[in-house]
Amino acid sequence: MSERTIPTPVKAFGALALLALAALLPLVVTEPSQQNFLILILMGAQLGVAWNIVGGYAGQVSLGHAVFYGIGAYTSTMLLLTLGLSPWVGALAGGGVSVLFALAMGWPCFRLKGHYFAMATIAVAEIVQILVTNSEFLEGAVGLSLPMDQSGWGVLIFLSKLPYYYVILGLLVLTVLTAWAIERSHIGYYFRAIKDEPEAARALGVSLTRYKLIALSVSAFLTALGGSFYAQKEMFIDPGSVLAGAISIKIALIAILGGVGTLLGPVLGAAVLITIEEYSRTLFGSTGSGTDMIIYAAMIILVAVFSPSGVLGLLGDLRRFLPGARSKGPDMADKMEIRP
Amino acid sequence: MTADILFQVLVSGLLIGLIYALVAVGLTLIFGVMDIVNFAHGEFLMLGMYASFWAFALFAVDPIVALPFTALLLFAVGVIVYQTVIRRILKAPMLSQIFATFGLMILLRGLAQFFWKPDHRLIPHSLVSGNLTLGSVQFGLPQFVAALGAVGVTGGLWYFLHRTRLGTALEATAIDREAATLMGIDGQKMFALAWGIGAACAGIAGGLIATFFPIFPEVGANFILIAFVVVVLGGFGSVTGAFLAGIIVGLIEVLGGFLVGPEYKTAIVLSLLLVVLLVRPRGLMGKA
Amino acid sequence: MNTAPLLAVDGLGKAFDGLVANRDISFKIHHAEIVGLIGPNGAGKTTLFNCLAGFYTPTTGRIAFEGRDITGSSPESAAALGIARTFQIVRVFHSMTARENVMVGAMLRDKRVREARKRADAELAFVGLSHRADVPASDLTVSEQKRLEVARALATDPKLILLDEVMAGLNPTEVREASQLVHRIHQRGIASIIVEHVMEGIMPIAHRMLVLDYGAKIADGTPAEIAENPAVIAAYLGD
Repeated sequence: MSERTIPTPVKAFGALALLALAALLPLVVTEPSQQNFLILILMGAQLGVAWNIVGGYAGQVSLGHAVFYGIGAYTSTMLLLTLGLSPWVGALAGGGVSVLFALAMGWPCFRLKGHYFAMATIAVAEIVQILVTNSEFLEGAVGLSLPMDQSGWGVLIFLSKLPYYYVILGLLVLTVLTAWAIERSHIGYYFRAIKDEPEAARALGVSLTRYKLIALSVSAFLTALGGSFYAQKEMFIDPGSVLAGAISIKIALIAILGGVGTLLGPVLGAAVLITIEEYSRTLFGSTGSGTDMIIYAAMIILVAVFSPSGVLGLLGDLRRFLPGARSKGPDMADKMEIRP
Repeated sequence: MTADILFQVLVSGLLIGLIYALVAVGLTLIFGVMDIVNFAHGEFLMLGMYASFWAFALFAVDPIVALPFTALLLFAVGVIVYQTVIRRILKAPMLSQIFATFGLMILLRGLAQFFWKPDHRLIPHSLVSGNLTLGSVQFGLPQFVAALGAVGVTGGLWYFLHRTRLGTALEATAIDREAATLMGIDGQKMFALAWGIGAACAGIAGGLIATFFPIFPEVGANFILIAFVVVVLGGFGSVTGAFLAGIIVGLIEVLGGFLVGPEYKTAIVLSLLLVVLLVRPRGLMGKA
Repeated sequence: MNTAPLLAVDGLGKAFDGLVANRDISFKIHHAEIVGLIGPNGAGKTTLFNCLAGFYTPTTGRIAFEGRDITGSSPESAAALGIARTFQIVRVFHSMTARENVMVGAMLRDKRVREARKRADAELAFVGLSHRADVPASDLTVSEQKRLEVARALATDPKLILLDEVMAGLNPTEVREASQLVHRIHQRGIASIIVEHVMEGIMPIAHRMLVLDYGAKIADGTPAEIAENPAVIAAYLGD
């Protein structure tokens, strides 16, 4: 077989090396604000990889992922506040609620193709944000605060940044492994088939609804875990910080910038995007005066128009040397090429 | 509910519904002609509002007087967007198409925030201000004028699409692009025209809304979602459908706000989207 | 061999917004039979295919497959029952290699990637595309893409395969190869219905021919009978 990628042992080694590097990084980067910056990148990367499962692999663009993020954050926080349930369990429960929500939302919305599906996801996220903002039970616009009086691994609240770094790194690894496992199984093949030619996929016995729902559910579950992590790290959530449209946009941007449908593209996408965001804040004040938005948007338009394989595509063949990049056949990113 | 209140609700719903129709008409036209959803449509509206604001702030020109200028400006914006971005992604995979107009949305919001600050701005003392009283029903003059304008523009667009040569060609392209090309209609020109007209409609809507609604960089987000509901309810690509659906959505919004609570009115309208998708995905007047 | 018909179509009709594309079509297909489906442009051949493969729900009539009523079933359940199809305008998964395309088909019966790969390689060999297995499907020639669609369909283990103009645009050598391919599909015990305009490709191998005109069946018989049939000649000469 003439597969044009790197042999598996080399890639496995590369992946482990990268992971080891990531694990050792905070020993070098000890400044809390810099550690926080790294945490933000890992958080963005995790969300981007999770989004990519439905938006990249299966080609169903969601611009309402904040709803899953918010469900995760609110579920684990409410369970902690009302029942005193550990966020470890709460996060899983949030994932479960998120999956149920994904199924309920996907069933009508997946009747819509492409652009229309994307629009519908924005609408659903908006509805949820309005409902939560007006919910007395969830403290509405006031938001929820986590108790400050305890810390440690049981309640997943820490006084230093370092434990958060390792928790989010672990979550990112879990998310990447999930995406990788999907990519290699029949599900990954079915996702790509649905993205390329849905009618032909049906003729081969692929149920579009079932597999789109699988894609959305897995993505929703992982996104909810990210939301729970956010709540634990910030110790405060409100509709604006975990359910806003801007969050949905950011999640999608990270994956799009990094390269839609590539395993590790979103990690790079997150690094680029978070860096731009932080720099524009330093240069133009707290809101960045929209400069970060302008830069991402310009990049996205350029990527869409000229190099649909994302930032990774712009960096040429670097992608091939990334450990864990697609192992069989052409890179997923090739799918995004503009056909003549 | 007394008859007076009901009547008041109906009038308010009708007025806002006509404006929604105007915003949605441009969106549905672009959908219909080229099967692309313009995520930046709300930002065209936002640009229309800022154009009115600056015409007022710098030259003391009232938004209503400035309408032709706003329309022309936005027509130009639409054509430029088409020529620089959209034209290059016509044959691109759907994902690239989504990302292109989505990117445009973020870009325009970012630019507005950068140049005009995130502040809410208002146009004070427009030509049209104050309230009108009709029997027991009271409504704002700006809303009334905006609704009249919406009817005029939508009517004009309908006339253009059905009674003029150029408009018929555009409509033919919307119905069947390939057949239209075979009949010698220049697809590229039609696409550019659709973007120009679509943006101009959004711009006029912006100019009309600017007389009574705050102006800020994200203002388009409110309207694009409702416009999307209108387009789905009316049937993708149907101008007449969008007009009727706009009124229905306006009525539901005001009635829902009245019965359930104003904070839920947008959620009610957006839920309508899911109901339509479940019950009648082709909308009121959409092609099967 | 089983004597009950594999496929029985009874009084099938399909209308779109009042426009009739198929009317009162009845026929039977037996196991491993090769049936040509011909007719002038717009006669309703592709509509009939779409009804059989579950893409359209017929307006009237019944479709039975192996004695089971499958009228109005979905494409995916039609595929699971053993009806495979190709598309008139090729629909390969353009971002995947030829092998991966066929693997998607093979996964209908066995979800294991390794097994699907083996099956895909066997089907690629069957249609003569082994040397192109690792080429992205979008880089194949149209004639190769058509064969790839056949391989993909065969990988689903069908009992009936619907071939939509697989010979169109092929040169005489390729037409001969395609005819042989259809014959070899028959030898595997798979029935085929072939929509074709290329008469020299279909006439020598078809056991039977169905002729449609204006959405209705106007003839059903051996290729020799069809060639003599006055109604068919009239339809083709434009009466």
